[in-house]
Amino acid sequence: MSTANMIGQLASGMLATCEIFVLTLVFSLPLGLLVAFGRMSKIKPLQFITKLYISIMRGTPLMLQLLVVYFGPYYLFGIKLSTGYRFTATIIGFAINYAAYFAEIYRSGIQSIPYGQWEAAKVLGYTKNQTFFKIIFPQMVKRVLPSVTNEVITLVKDTSLAFVLAYAEMFTIAKQIAAAQTTMMPLFVAGLFYYIFNLLVAGVMEYLEKRMSYYQ
Amino acid sequence: MNLLEINHLKKSFENLDVLHDISLSVKEGEVVAIIGPSGSGKSTLLRCATMLEKMDEGELVYLGKYAVKNGENGKAVYAPQKELKEIQGYFGLVFQNFNLFPHYSVLKNIMDAPIHVQKREKEEVLQEARSLLKKMGLEDKETYYPCQLSGGQQQRVAIARALALNPSILFFDEPTSALDPELTGEILKVIRQLAEEKMTMVIVTHEMAFARDVADRVIFMDGGYIVEEGNPKEVMEHPKEERTKQFLARFSS
Ligand SMILES: Nc1ncnc2c1ncn2[C@@H]1O[C@H](COP(=O)(O)OP(=O)(O)OP(=O)(O)O)[C@@H](O)[C@H]1O
Ligand SMILES: [Mg+2]
Repeated sequence: MSTANMIGQLASGMLATCEIFVLTLVFSLPLGLLVAFGRMSKIKPLQFITKLYISIMRGTPLMLQLLVVYFGPYYLFGIKLSTGYRFTATIIGFAINYAAYFAEIYRSGIQSIPYGQWEAAKVLGYTKNQTFFKIIFPQMVKRVLPSVTNEVITLVKDTSLAFVLAYAEMFTIAKQIAAAQTTMMPLFVAGLFYYIFNLLVAGVMEYLEKRMSYYQ
Repeated sequence: MNLLEINHLKKSFENLDVLHDISLSVKEGEVVAIIGPSGSGKSTLLRCATMLEKMDEGELVYLGKYAVKNGENGKAVYAPQKELKEIQGYFGLVFQNFNLFPHYSVLKNIMDAPIHVQKREKEEVLQEARSLLKKMGLEDKETYYPCQLSGGQQQRVAIARALALNPSILFFDEPTSALDPELTGEILKVIRQLAEEKMTMVIVTHEMAFARDVADRVIFMDGGYIVEEGNPKEVMEHPKEERTKQFLARFSS
């Protein structure tokens, strides 16, 4: 295999990794907020279900969850899905797992905001929705940013777990080439890729933190 | 007509009876000071009046409109949401620890509710906000964030924020207690000025001299009861009740 060929394959893997990364965040960041609402809800059954959901997501390996999402429909319900489902399953698996982590981060962020903020808003006549989205949410975002950064950095590395579904992301491809060509080079390239990716992530998050440092 | 009327208010937390049968009415332009020892229920009374806390029994009436009525079983019944929302606009509350929105500038803290709650014109609100800031002596601080201000300045912003909604009555819960002694004066001055302009106010305070000078009426609370009330000079210089005497004695020494 020529170097150019190898780089081409790795590049397509990088693209797939970026795709998993972006889509996981697009779905799990808002989903986490919904789960956090459920977790803090006054409705007991909803509270219980979200609590159970979070504990399962955090208490079992992500790799296992990916396998369940991929094979579950067939083994549990006999539904046959095309191989294109591989990608969908990867995104679903990652999104529901990360949503659970984000939910807990959001929840602690929301609960750390002084109750006086809710009360001041109520006396000023804001509705519950206005209070949450104008007053509480922006302050929560600032508080949870460092914890979210940690999760996002973990996600960059976790994307490599998609190899269990033989989904052709960066790590899957690097491993294949390394095995076929008996060379460490692709794995080294992969490592460098994750590292640089995370430098970028850290840079972006630092920028966001700076932008929100105008108060407190 | 009374701006505010509270009739036979009762409130308890779990098994702790905090307010027993409190009745109180406030006329337009009147300044009422509430004094009393810690734990006597002063804050709870204000929190019930401003609907931050649900009352168990009794009535709450603003400008003749019932926010809370006595139900048939003697329990407090709240008016429908829509009416409560309207009544909510009749009063404002200034907190002990300001509770400004830290992510909003001074100007936005003041302007946001008039624009987004009352749906008023931005231009008009801006002008009013600026004149309020001027009145508070903060005209050069409009772009600041709360964390860049002293406690006294923050409290003045909080007062401006409450006034920007043009409430008929303004409640204060120990507005100077979180401040250094040298900063209390600036807040008391602002409240004094509001009193001269005939703003209706109910002020919970530990500043006895201030209560005596500014209030039209003083209410002494203890153990969830109104023990004594009346003209400030009379109540504070010639208290009738033993408990009032004991309480006031602590301040004269
Ligand atoms: N949310 C609550 N849950 C349980 N008990 C409460 C609650 N809020 C107040 N209390 C109790 O009610 C009583 C009256 O409290 P409140 O805060 O009204 O007193 P206060 O007169 O404002 O005192 P202070 O001068 O210290 O502010 C106290 O015994 C207090 O412990
Ligand atoms: Mg109090």
